[in-house]
Amino acid sequence: MIERQKFGNLIPHVVLCIGVLIVAFPVYLAFVATTQDTATIANGQMSLLPGDHFLETFYRTLFIGSSGTTREPVFVMLFNSFVMAMLIAVGKIAISIISAYAVVYFRFRFRMTIFWLIFITLMLPVEVRIYPTYKIAADLHLLDSYAGLTLPLIASATATLLFRQFFMTVPDELLEASRIDGAGPFRFFKDTLLPLSRTNMAALFVILFILGWNQYLWPLLITTRDDMQTIQIGIRKMIVTSDALTEWPVVMATAVLAMLPPVFIVVVMQKLFVRGLVETEK
Amino acid sequence: MADVALRNAHKTYAGNVEAIKGISLAVGDGQLCVLVGPSGCGKSTLLRMVAGLETVTSGEIEIGGRIVNEIEPADRDIAMVFQNYALYPHMSVYNNMAYGLRNRGVAKPEIDSRVREAAQILEIGSLLDRKPKQLSGGQRQRVAMGRAIVRQPKVFLFDEPLSNLDAKLRIAMRVEIRRLQRRLKTTSLYVTHDQLEAMTLADVLVVMNGGLVEQVGNPLEIYRKPATTFVASFIGAPPMNLIPLQGDDANLAGAGGQAGILGVRPEDLALSDQPAPAGGVALELTVEAIERVGAETYVYGIRSRPAGARTASSGPGEPPPGEILVRIPGQGGPSVGERVRAVAVQDKLHLFSACGRKRLDS
Repeated sequence: MIERQKFGNLIPHVVLCIGVLIVAFPVYLAFVATTQDTATIANGQMSLLPGDHFLETFYRTLFIGSSGTTREPVFVMLFNSFVMAMLIAVGKIAISIISAYAVVYFRFRFRMTIFWLIFITLMLPVEVRIYPTYKIAADLHLLDSYAGLTLPLIASATATLLFRQFFMTVPDELLEASRIDGAGPFRFFKDTLLPLSRTNMAALFVILFILGWNQYLWPLLITTRDDMQTIQIGIRKMIVTSDALTEWPVVMATAVLAMLPPVFIVVVMQKLFVRGLVETEK
Repeated sequence: MADVALRNAHKTYAGNVEAIKGISLAVGDGQLCVLVGPSGCGKSTLLRMVAGLETVTSGEIEIGGRIVNEIEPADRDIAMVFQNYALYPHMSVYNNMAYGLRNRGVAKPEIDSRVREAAQILEIGSLLDRKPKQLSGGQRQRVAMGRAIVRQPKVFLFDEPLSNLDAKLRIAMRVEIRRLQRRLKTTSLYVTHDQLEAMTLADVLVVMNGGLVEQVGNPLEIYRKPATTFVASFIGAPPMNLIPLQGDDANLAGAGGQAGILGVRPEDLALSDQPAPAGGVALELTVEAIERVGAETYVYGIRSRPAGARTASSGPGEPPPGEILVRIPGQGGPSVGERVRAVAVQDKLHLFSACGRKRLDS
């Protein structure tokens, strides 16, 4: 693709534009739906142009909540989701970087056994171990708490492996130089490994934040109180109504709001994210 | 300021691999001791044992009168310059140099003055805010040395510090290290595989092979009187010609007719029509190849052997048996295929026992 033809860039461009349209149109439609009133959508006469109920819908969604089905405003759900995603992302990074440090830099008995145990848990996603995990969480009285939402998801074999691979590429001489410079294990970790892992942590944070944000099954099980539910659960509860009209503008507004934080995180961290994936600072 | 002493130091790795087979060594205060040897001879291991990065299997290591076998690297009062510099990539040059001092709790103004002084000595004052990534190889090398200097340690340890530099820079830095060491008068151990670096830097030269010390001494003394054939071929470039003596080798009558190995340096041979001087040797050669490098010319000749002589096989990298290298000044010399005679006087000859482990003449 090095040679430049007159219309060489045109076809890829058109293909990409079509792709963007396909992805963007449903999002646009969701946005348009938030600006209409419930009745218009319900009788199937929704316009493709934005209506004039935008502020009203978002105000209602954020601070009042849809009538009947979910008794909490979306603001609370957003907050819950945000706390959960944050705790999961930060907790996963913190735990996995420390365990990777232990596995790579310390010689202790059963080191490789422990490493393989961590490795094997890769094969056990939440869904597989959901019953025992739920049982433990329930016995520990973690239901309907942030701890219950996050702790069972916080251990991460993937992130541990990622940090392990990164640590293995850090030259041994850096450790030796640190030892001669009088830095003990903790100082070496804090002063050398953490700063070197910065881009890796950023990339991982983006991935894990979105992962945490999109959790559905676990919050569905672990939360029963309305004021603890996450936005993903909230959306579903709004749609399924047995004896009332689904308030589509509110549902769509919730969906739009649910999209914003991940988008925001990606946009803000994009530079670090890409750097973390492609380059290592050594 | 301190002297370094090793007493019968051994290092055995897991799996019974013996890297250091018992080395005793004394380096006086302020001396620059160079450990030289081929790769795998244990010179880096020995240095790392002194640094405390490798444990000592048995024997003692003493720095400044204190046995340091069980002491952490940080508490041995040493500083090390690594082959790949091992600068902290995320820290500025200033912080790289200051880090070790901060960890020791040195007061801030003191750190600042030491770093700036070291930077001034090494002429890197303008680079203090840069990251290692933004520096050239030579500059990184200086920062690595700066990091060692600011510590004001008892001993400097250099682990092949120049081998990542290009040839020109290497010579410049070599001179600089020598100058710096003279100025600071800090006892130093310097590991290299480059015999030229070893010769030019060392106060005391330690030639190592296979985990053992082959010879210790003043570099020129070692050049003049190598103790073994290994030292003879390792020190000096191009390496010494080693000729196994056979009982009735008429050409080498001057060697006294003993069994053993005769060594003669390429620069001590001269092309001549004259017969061998009294006590010297004359080698009849057929010229195989000529290398002219400008200031001097290398003549590769094969000795014309008596018929039926046993031809010994040579290992990889060694010259073929019977090949003799003659170094003559200038750009003249014979042409390929010519038959010439190379002569050397008696006191330029080296005589070793047949196994090569012992020097026979004094």
